[in-house]
Amino acid sequence: MAKRIGMEVSIAASEAVKLADVDLIAAYPITPQTHIVEHLAEVVADGELDAAFVPVESEHSAMSCCIGSSAAGARTFTASSSQGLALMHEMLFIAPAMRLPIVMVVANRALSGPISIWNDHSDIMAEQDIAWIQTFAENGQEVFDLVLHAFRVAEDSKVLLPMIVNMDGFTLSHVIEPIEILDKAEVDKYLPPYKPKVRLDPRKPVSMGLVGVPEIYTEAKKATNEALINSKKVVVKAWKEFGDLFGRYYNPVESYKTEGAEVILITMGSISETAMTAIDKMREKGLPVGLVRFRLWKPFPATEFKKAIAGAQTLAVVDRALSPGGACGPVAEEIKAALYAERGRPKVFNFIAGLGGRDVTVENFEEIVSRAFTYAKKRPKQLYEMIGVREI
Amino acid sequence: MIEIRIHGRGGQGAVTSAELVAIAAIDDGKYAQAFPSFGPERRGAPVAAFIRVSDKPIRTREKVYGPNVVMVLDPSILKIVNVAAGLKDGGTVIINTSKTPEEMARLLNVKAKIATVDATKIAMESMGVPITNTTMLGALLKSTGIVSNDALGKAIDKRFGRIAEKNKTAFNRAMTETIVREA
Amino acid sequence: MAKIDAIMGWKELDLGCVIRQPGSSRAFKTGDWRSQRPVVDRDKCIKCGLCWVYCPDLSMVPAEEGYYKVNLDYCKGCGICAKECPKDAITMVLEED
Repeated sequence: MAKRIGMEVSIAASEAVKLADVDLIAAYPITPQTHIVEHLAEVVADGELDAAFVPVESEHSAMSCCIGSSAAGARTFTASSSQGLALMHEMLFIAPAMRLPIVMVVANRALSGPISIWNDHSDIMAEQDIAWIQTFAENGQEVFDLVLHAFRVAEDSKVLLPMIVNMDGFTLSHVIEPIEILDKAEVDKYLPPYKPKVRLDPRKPVSMGLVGVPEIYTEAKKATNEALINSKKVVVKAWKEFGDLFGRYYNPVESYKTEGAEVILITMGSISETAMTAIDKMREKGLPVGLVRFRLWKPFPATEFKKAIAGAQTLAVVDRALSPGGACGPVAEEIKAALYAERGRPKVFNFIAGLGGRDVTVENFEEIVSRAFTYAKKRPKQLYEMIGVREI
Repeated sequence: MIEIRIHGRGGQGAVTSAELVAIAAIDDGKYAQAFPSFGPERRGAPVAAFIRVSDKPIRTREKVYGPNVVMVLDPSILKIVNVAAGLKDGGTVIINTSKTPEEMARLLNVKAKIATVDATKIAMESMGVPITNTTMLGALLKSTGIVSNDALGKAIDKRFGRIAEKNKTAFNRAMTETIVREA
Repeated sequence: MAKIDAIMGWKELDLGCVIRQPGSSRAFKTGDWRSQRPVVDRDKCIKCGLCWVYCPDLSMVPAEEGYYKVNLDYCKGCGICAKECPKDAITMVLEED
């Protein structure tokens, strides 16, 4: 039977990894991901989890080790943040190309510089094109659930791609909150053992990770991309099954009080809960506002998104990362691209908030919505704006 | 929803005490959140930790700006931090000090329920170290009753293992020795 | 003197967030972190300077007649000086309210 207990969200993430009975963890500690790998090192050392824990010398090595492990057919996990994720960068592209279902939790943190250990989404947004499936958690329970979901999706024989569960550093990773921890028998019902289609095995030798000459590189890329696009069906199906088993249902795009909304706020990650509180407050005042959140980030759920915002005249998209020198933040960019061909598309205004650990408050959301109402009447000069920046 | 802000110094257990209250509240069947003021951990530097406890799911993740309760683990903090900042009307301030609630009310110049306890003395006598977090939890429980004694006891047992008993001695002494003055 | 609190606007920041003033960390007074302070008993002090050697924050400073005194602007109250003093001439006392 599942137990409801107060625990740190990082520990809940590692408990999910433990329940998934992984075979190998290769990780390098970095704030704010540290508690996840510390706890996993502990459960391996205490004999609670029969897995190899490889304390590598860098994140580049962590991902290299994970690639080798997954290629050998082992269920493989790692976690990172910020500069650590950036140091993995070149290896990140290799895992999906080799179709290896590695699961990684990223405790999202700003990239330097200036040096920052605090939360935003700039680390993961710098890795937009790595071809990993990516989800974003809003609270601790979701982190736990999404980690199990990630193994289930990644290892599905129709998918076989690596998957990232994003959770906001500190604002999720370091918070104690109620988590319902499933027991092993429940998890086993949901997550079957990993059966690789092809693996490194001396009895049945194969070669992996070979050169893609110009005659084959394009086709190889197309194959991986198609697999990524098609993974959405399994992502959705695996959420449905999770809900049927445990009563918690998830969707690629989630709506909150969008009925009759003229302005819809768009968020991703843990600020979504604060945004809901702001929506409640504004609805009480009679403002026609709603909220739409992305839970699946890649592959980008364009169809579900269009359905969720149907009828709204104005979108206020909140990004937690800058796209320097670009048209807008990365989330707004995807949204604008998805809506461009639509007839009667809504106006899209983009706000950058919560960079490098700046608190995103209920008041901030009220301000954002109020500006969106104003801009809907009179188009602003700027393409996007940064919330709370001191203009001196 | 009750919001609590704890002031202490790095190493005094402000974060641990926030965690214990949240774990106990969740064990009581409530919803709760505990989190530190995020950042590098520096022993001795002023730190804050936050708690939210509610009967309904908590859907906000901003810092606590308007606490119902403020708890001060170290009296020397009062000189450098405005601990009463944002305190809600009808709020409670709980302070580790040898002074009386009346003296503290004058010093802080706030209209609030004030509870005082000489937690440093109790901690030194019960545990031999000036770590006042579990002692102050006794004062918190006496002045607010925010969680059940039973659940908090269990949380302390689990967290402190073989030194749990000493912590509970300090906790229980604070439950009797804390002086509470209504606003 | 540059503003050190987080109140600068983006146009005020120096190029690349450079700090041009050497030693500006002196403006960051870590004495706030202290819950105990060292008190030197000059009757017991033999002026050996071990406190000055061991203090990790350079907060034991030479004073008149070869004695040492505490710079309370930066002393974090760690107690290493009191621990290392061969004559037990330094005691740590609580910083009370």
